[in-house]
Amino acid sequence: MNEQTPILSVSDARVRFGEVVALDGVSLALSAGECIGLVGHNGAGKSTLVGILNGGLVPQEGRVEVSGKAAVQTAGWDVATARALGLRCVFQELSLCPNLTVAENARLMHEGLAGGAWRARARALVSKTLDEIFPGHGIDPRATVSMLPIARRQMVEIALAFCDAGTPPGIVILDEPTSSLDAGIARQLLDHVRRFVAAGGTVILISHILSEILNTATRIVVMKDGRVVADRPAAEFTQAGLVTAMGTAGREQARRLEGKGRGEVILTHAPAVGLPFEISRGEVVGLAGLAGHGQTELLRALHGRLSPEWRAHADPKVAYVAGDRRLDGVFDLWSIRRNLTVGALPDLLRRGLVQPEAEDRAAADWKARIGIRTPDMGLPILSLSGGNQQKVLFARALLTRAPLILMDDPMRGVDVGTKQEVYEIIRAEAEKGRSFVWYSTEMEEMELCDRVLVFRDGGIVAELTGASITEEAILAASFLGAA
Amino acid sequence: MRLTPDMIRLAVPFLALAVLLAGVFWLQPRAMTYSGLNLLFNLAVPIALATLAQMFIISVNDLDLSMGAFVSFVACVTATFLNDAPLVGALILLASIGAYAALGVIIHVRQLPAIVVTLGMSFVWTGLAVMILPSPGGAAPDWIRSLMTVRPPFVPMAIVASVLIALVAHLIIARSTLGVLIRGVGGNERSVARAGWSVLRARAAAYALAALFAVLAGMALVGLTTAADANIALRYTLLSIAGVILGGGEFVGGRVSAVGAVVGALTLALAGSFLSFLRLSPDWQIGAQGAILILVLALRLGLDAMERRRMRA
Amino acid sequence: MTFLRMTASRPWLWAWIAAVAVFGITIAATAGASAAGLAQAAFTFAAFSVIVGLGQMFVITLGPGNIDLSIPATMTLAGTVSLKLMDGQEAMILPGILVALGIGACVGVLNYTLIRALRIPPIIATLALSFIVQSTAIWTNRGLRVKPPESLASFSTGTLWGVPNVAIVAGLLTIAAWVLLERSGHGRRISAIGQSLPAARRAGIPVEGVRLATYVLCATLAGLCGFLLSCFSGGAALNMGAEFLLVSIAVVVIGGSSVAGGNSNVPGIWGAALFLFLVVSMLNTYGFGAGPRLILTGFIIIAVILAASARGRTAA
Repeated sequence: MNEQTPILSVSDARVRFGEVVALDGVSLALSAGECIGLVGHNGAGKSTLVGILNGGLVPQEGRVEVSGKAAVQTAGWDVATARALGLRCVFQELSLCPNLTVAENARLMHEGLAGGAWRARARALVSKTLDEIFPGHGIDPRATVSMLPIARRQMVEIALAFCDAGTPPGIVILDEPTSSLDAGIARQLLDHVRRFVAAGGTVILISHILSEILNTATRIVVMKDGRVVADRPAAEFTQAGLVTAMGTAGREQARRLEGKGRGEVILTHAPAVGLPFEISRGEVVGLAGLAGHGQTELLRALHGRLSPEWRAHADPKVAYVAGDRRLDGVFDLWSIRRNLTVGALPDLLRRGLVQPEAEDRAAADWKARIGIRTPDMGLPILSLSGGNQQKVLFARALLTRAPLILMDDPMRGVDVGTKQEVYEIIRAEAEKGRSFVWYSTEMEEMELCDRVLVFRDGGIVAELTGASITEEAILAASFLGAA
Repeated sequence: MRLTPDMIRLAVPFLALAVLLAGVFWLQPRAMTYSGLNLLFNLAVPIALATLAQMFIISVNDLDLSMGAFVSFVACVTATFLNDAPLVGALILLASIGAYAALGVIIHVRQLPAIVVTLGMSFVWTGLAVMILPSPGGAAPDWIRSLMTVRPPFVPMAIVASVLIALVAHLIIARSTLGVLIRGVGGNERSVARAGWSVLRARAAAYALAALFAVLAGMALVGLTTAADANIALRYTLLSIAGVILGGGEFVGGRVSAVGAVVGALTLALAGSFLSFLRLSPDWQIGAQGAILILVLALRLGLDAMERRRMRA
Repeated sequence: MTFLRMTASRPWLWAWIAAVAVFGITIAATAGASAAGLAQAAFTFAAFSVIVGLGQMFVITLGPGNIDLSIPATMTLAGTVSLKLMDGQEAMILPGILVALGIGACVGVLNYTLIRALRIPPIIATLALSFIVQSTAIWTNRGLRVKPPESLASFSTGTLWGVPNVAIVAGLLTIAAWVLLERSGHGRRISAIGQSLPAARRAGIPVEGVRLATYVLCATLAGLCGFLLSCFSGGAALNMGAEFLLVSIAVVVIGGSSVAGGNSNVPGIWGAALFLFLVVSMLNTYGFGAGPRLILTGFIIIAVILAASARGRTAA
């Protein structure tokens, strides 16, 4: 443990989102002059922990303490307090106003720039900070953010976090800051982080590039399933050691879906980035890798290619199970029944009108088969629990006669019982000859697949088959590139 | 110097205006004189002001369907109260600006669709206007009349006024912190709030600024027409929206340009007169405005696509 | 309590209750003397608002940002051209109707072409096109007032067993629209798109085709309404569509359909259309002018949207 008094600490924080435990008693203390590397696979709880630190999220249990001040229970630690202390965040999604110039964004972010001639001062400040971190950056502070390439936007965002316009930066949280930067620029940033830390600043660095963490961090915190599983000086880790720490030792291997061997190829796809692939009849293909590395984009591209825009086909080629239920899954205003049957509308129509008996029959059939727990399929979809809503979305896809089902991480936030039921159904449907392309952030689900494609930086970098689908292999490919 | 899509966005309306002007001058060289220009852009000033008013609303991702009704209401107040009892008139106009700010607050707090609320308000403003002036009439206050008909040397009033208005509006929306904040709300409301600003106050300010410019539009209109009626400016609702879009603005994302909006308004105003010079029937006046709108949007799309292809290459 | 629950699932009840109340208040002033006449007039004038309101409702159901501002211009053009074509001859009635509907359909296709091709919001696409359509109408009209064929004029102003013919036409269209919205696959798809466009796309709905068909339907109804209105008023006038721009949106909102899309109802449009007309007659009866009438209409629209947002809050 660190002997210095921590400047900010979180102790025993617990956060639940519905049935999902996001943080299960996490403690973390930040001291001046250290860079903490925070690593973990999807859903390990990194973003939730960052949310607590920056004041955006209040833990249901636990405390946030600031050095020299009285302990802050749950209330009292909010975004404004955090900012006043000099805490800054750089998020993965950009938080700049795209329609404003770089200098104007600086003005909105930093109250210290208020007053006369703020434009000139903002320009000077941004330029100075950019020069410090990224010498030779070539960014004009008068440029509109949306006109800048993604890498430069990221650089601006980072520079704004390190700016000193009255309140000097104290703790800077960088969430995947190098994901859109090229190697040279990334090195400049990491050099700056080291300088900043040497001068007494504190940085939390989250990255999927383990070498960055190992070379920059003074201490590494590994998270897994909402807990901190390792918290040691960086020097004590190696790349292989980190990957091992992120995995679960001695976990029982999930039961694999036994495919009947590969049937005829029903689809081949060659994405712009990464390896091409094909899908055969009756096959379950998993898409793995860290979230946001191109899996959803691939599913959308496949769906866009196979699903008609102008006229409904009687025989659909593809069905889609959405991952973000609220955004592109359920129709809030509809009953469970309507939500279930909307995908198979062409089969339920006669002379353009929906046949109520046929619809009821289809809904009742799937209610029984997939076990939707509701007294009445005519109730609003939102009356169901999240897991049951997800089952409805599964049933929607399976009710169609589509030979290919695309699944966009559909099990997020679903309870274990439901998961097992759905796995059974996927197994049964695959046996009947349907193919599944299954993106999931959960390791066990990848181990259920016949074949797994691992994504990194927008494309497929590795293909694992049969017995070679292991947590270690997937982690290695996601963090280190080609296996 | 590289052309950025932003510059294209601003250049297109200027180009459209230049082409139209060139066409007019070619067809009728006499239009190039002082009085010719004055005639061409005569009614442009109130349209430009109303377009700027709409621009403030659009910059916070809302839309005002009551702009025409409100300008008509202001015109009626100007031609009656402001003329007969200036103090009462001024108070009414101030109160109406307050009403707009209050609308902004209600729309924000209750998360109402601005388009429906302003649709309702358009009935209210027209109703008030009808009550003030049941039949066309009233008279313009002398000072407004003389202001609108002043003849500065070399360049006609309409053009001087347009440039001045564009400049003032540009200073507000593009240069001031308030303008940055308003556009920031349009661009990324969440991160503006995260940086500690009150989005509510920003929206109320945008609505109040819109009302201020709309009030000026109504007063300028009465100064030109010398009388008012309750339906005098109903067309301004659609014209103002078209003007903002023509001038490079977008409905969402806080992308607006004050200079562009004024140029867009001038283009629409000129489109009408252009046809009479072509000796085409005035029947097509409105149609020409629609056609120019479509052409400019198509041109912008084409240039944007070209630029994007070049950036990727 | 049960009443509240009943109205919560049937938002159109409010518009009907309001219409009946206003009817009662108006009749009270005249001591019941003109009840039948007032009802007849209300149904006649409401019919036109209903026809365009139905089209606008389908478009609004498609979700935020979807709106058709070209309705008034389409009405005017359809009325003008079809009357000119018929030129008062009985034999030309069928071609006249077909031309009116055809003009509507063309405007609808053009509207959606602009929306898609220029990738501009529907509000600006339909607005730009409406300018051109309006000009075409002015150009074809040339200030002439062609009378409709005799039989059409008497049909559109006549009644059947006391019910105005135009109200019967609007009633039949209402039933068709109800079936389309509530029972057909197309209605399902419109509602799905209105609730969430990405979800509709992922559910395999051919989004582009459905949106095109909806814009065409709306403009076609506007064409039909223009045709009927010009027969009813004995000729097409250039400003005849003007008031229907706001009215077509107002009847949808007051009728209890959700402005956010996805959740519309057909009966409310009748209630709202009757209500809007009856408010005018009520205020006229009590000696109020056009001003208070307009102000009241405006406040009603705002009150309705406020009430709807409060309802949404308690439900959430």
